[in-house]
Amino acid sequence: MSEQHYHHQGENFPPASHHDQQVITDAVAKGYWRANLRLLAQLLIVWFGVSFGFGILLADWLDQFSFFGFKLGFWFAQQGAIYVFVVLIFIYARRIAVIERRFGVDDDEHDITATKKQGAS
Amino acid sequence: MTTQMLTYLFVGLSFALYIGIAVWSRAGSTKDFYVAGGGVHPVVNGMATAADWMSAASFISMAGIISFVGFDGSVYLLGWTGGYVLLALLLAPYLRKFGRFTVPDFIGERYYSKTARIVAVVCLIFVSFTYVAGQMRGVGIVFSRFLEVEVNTGVVIGMAVVFMYAVLGGMKGITYTQVAQYCVLIFAYMVPAIFISLMITGNPIPQLGFGAEVLDAEGLGSGVSVLEKLDGVLMDLGFGAYTQGSKSTIDMFAITAALMFGTAGLPHVLVRFFTVPKVSDARLSAGYALVFIAVLYTTAPAVAAFARLNLVDTVQDTAYADAPAWFGNWEKTGLIAWQDKNNDGVMQYSAGAALSPPKPIFSDQKGLHGERLLKNEPSASANEVYIDRDIMVLANPEIANLPGWVIALVAAGGVAAALSTAAGLLLVISSSISHDLLKQTLMPNISDKQELLFARIAAAVAVCVAGLFGIYPPAFVAQVVAFAFGLAAASLFPAILLGIFSKRVNKEGAISGMLVGLMFTFGYIAYFKFYAPELNNSGYWLLGISPEGIGFLGMLMNIGAAFVVSMMTAPPPSDVQNLVDDIRIPTGAGIAHEH
Repeated sequence: MSEQHYHHQGENFPPASHHDQQVITDAVAKGYWRANLRLLAQLLIVWFGVSFGFGILLADWLDQFSFFGFKLGFWFAQQGAIYVFVVLIFIYARRIAVIERRFGVDDDEHDITATKKQGAS
Repeated sequence: MTTQMLTYLFVGLSFALYIGIAVWSRAGSTKDFYVAGGGVHPVVNGMATAADWMSAASFISMAGIISFVGFDGSVYLLGWTGGYVLLALLLAPYLRKFGRFTVPDFIGERYYSKTARIVAVVCLIFVSFTYVAGQMRGVGIVFSRFLEVEVNTGVVIGMAVVFMYAVLGGMKGITYTQVAQYCVLIFAYMVPAIFISLMITGNPIPQLGFGAEVLDAEGLGSGVSVLEKLDGVLMDLGFGAYTQGSKSTIDMFAITAALMFGTAGLPHVLVRFFTVPKVSDARLSAGYALVFIAVLYTTAPAVAAFARLNLVDTVQDTAYADAPAWFGNWEKTGLIAWQDKNNDGVMQYSAGAALSPPKPIFSDQKGLHGERLLKNEPSASANEVYIDRDIMVLANPEIANLPGWVIALVAAGGVAAALSTAAGLLLVISSSISHDLLKQTLMPNISDKQELLFARIAAAVAVCVAGLFGIYPPAFVAQVVAFAFGLAAASLFPAILLGIFSKRVNKEGAISGMLVGLMFTFGYIAYFKFYAPELNNSGYWLLGISPEGIGFLGMLMNIGAAFVVSMMTAPPPSDVQNLVDDIRIPTGAGIAHEH
């Protein structure tokens, strides 16, 4: 497949966008997607672990440990998991950006200026 | 200046600010109206999303509920934040790459079907109206207590303000108003929390004070932590320990899951990620949104614990005649009541429902000590005090004896939280009607100007319907909202997720999935909440899952039905498979916005 873009009927894309000249091969797209899925799986395991795992399923057991005045299971359920969630999103944003650059599928600067001009009109 | 005047001043000033912003950022095109022109900075969008997200339920009810249920309340904290991880990782970037205006847009295109689009619109309207009902009720509570106007008048004033900026400004007006509303609401939430944390533990950071030692009368450490003390005090009164749950593990799991997946499927949150310039911005924006949300969500459980401790201290074994002024003020609104069962003039607070039926029915007479007399029968429990959970955050500054301006600030914050969410919801309702129902389905030939006009009319009608819900509220705030999540989790979330991560799921699969999920979840909730409420206990629940958590099961059924039906029917056409390939690749999102 040489042209990745899906053109819906009746849509007119601006003709000279940088993207239309760039070719993303099937192999690149597949490689990027696999790397993305692997990263997602790792992060979602952590997501599940701190919330459903430490905060609910293992909470009673963890409560035997004390952490800054909290029972540990209780702390994960009402504090800890939330902090981990925030960190997970930023880790994803950073690591996926590296993967995108490696595969050459990132969203680069040309697009922002294009959008800003459209937004202002 | 009296607290009353300060409250009028703060709420009035905040209204003037919102309307000013609305006039300044009026929408000129449908793109402005639906997605704020598509050029919102990720931090700004994150802050607006946070305000959009944190509703009357988060601001007013959540800490109150946690306060009364302790560990069980974790379901709200985990559910309403964990959903953002799913949003940032699984949905937001791809929806931004897809780059249209609404959630039904995505479902309609991905499943190449007007039927799928309309089913999505129905799900969306269902979810959003359930949710908006809670907001208007929240506005009513704040007005009735702090401005001492009738609840209904309060709802009408709230409607008028939302009307101004949602109808005029659309998404553009809403986004910038929400930034202001976030600042108001977070300031209003944090100030009393910091004061109370300092008072009880000497630590100004509520998140740390929550685990710290309670100060004794001389201001020295007492050697007992807040949570130990709370566990002890509550168990003495016959309650369960605060840090121990009473819900079954499977129910905790299911409710948390329903709230998380529901969060990720809520249309008014999803649509926010259409407003940023790039795919990478959509991810960052979800991250910033969660940072802004986490500030409140990590404070709320601390506020909950402090408030409960304060409440027990103030009320238990206090003569009614010596009760502080706030007790009488809240009694006037009907959210607190006292029935002197043993005629000693002293309030006894303990576990168990104080009244039968549990909600107070006031007679017009005053009792021996000046309390409002009740028509309820005394219950078997020794407890004499009825306290509505919704007042905990609002009454907290008064209970803790904080200055008048703090109380006024909390009133303005509560209104900001309710209005910002109501506006976001009304916008997705109106855009799904004007864009998905009219422009894309019934009247494809209308111009951009006409579509914008219809969007405004739809927003105006939606404001009025929402107001009616506020005047005739279905149940109390957080409970109503909790159901919206179950419905979103069971209907929209799987359709969007499968649309991105599977190329095989086709229109037949998606439509049957959404219908199965929605009908099962709605049926289960309606059965236990309206048809047979007397059976609503774990003995009758399916697998021990309460109506609040059933959306999780509905979601699994949706996914199951979608796969089974898809396998039995033809795969999606190749141009749709190409669309899926395209949204998976971040490159070229800027142009995807041209429509």
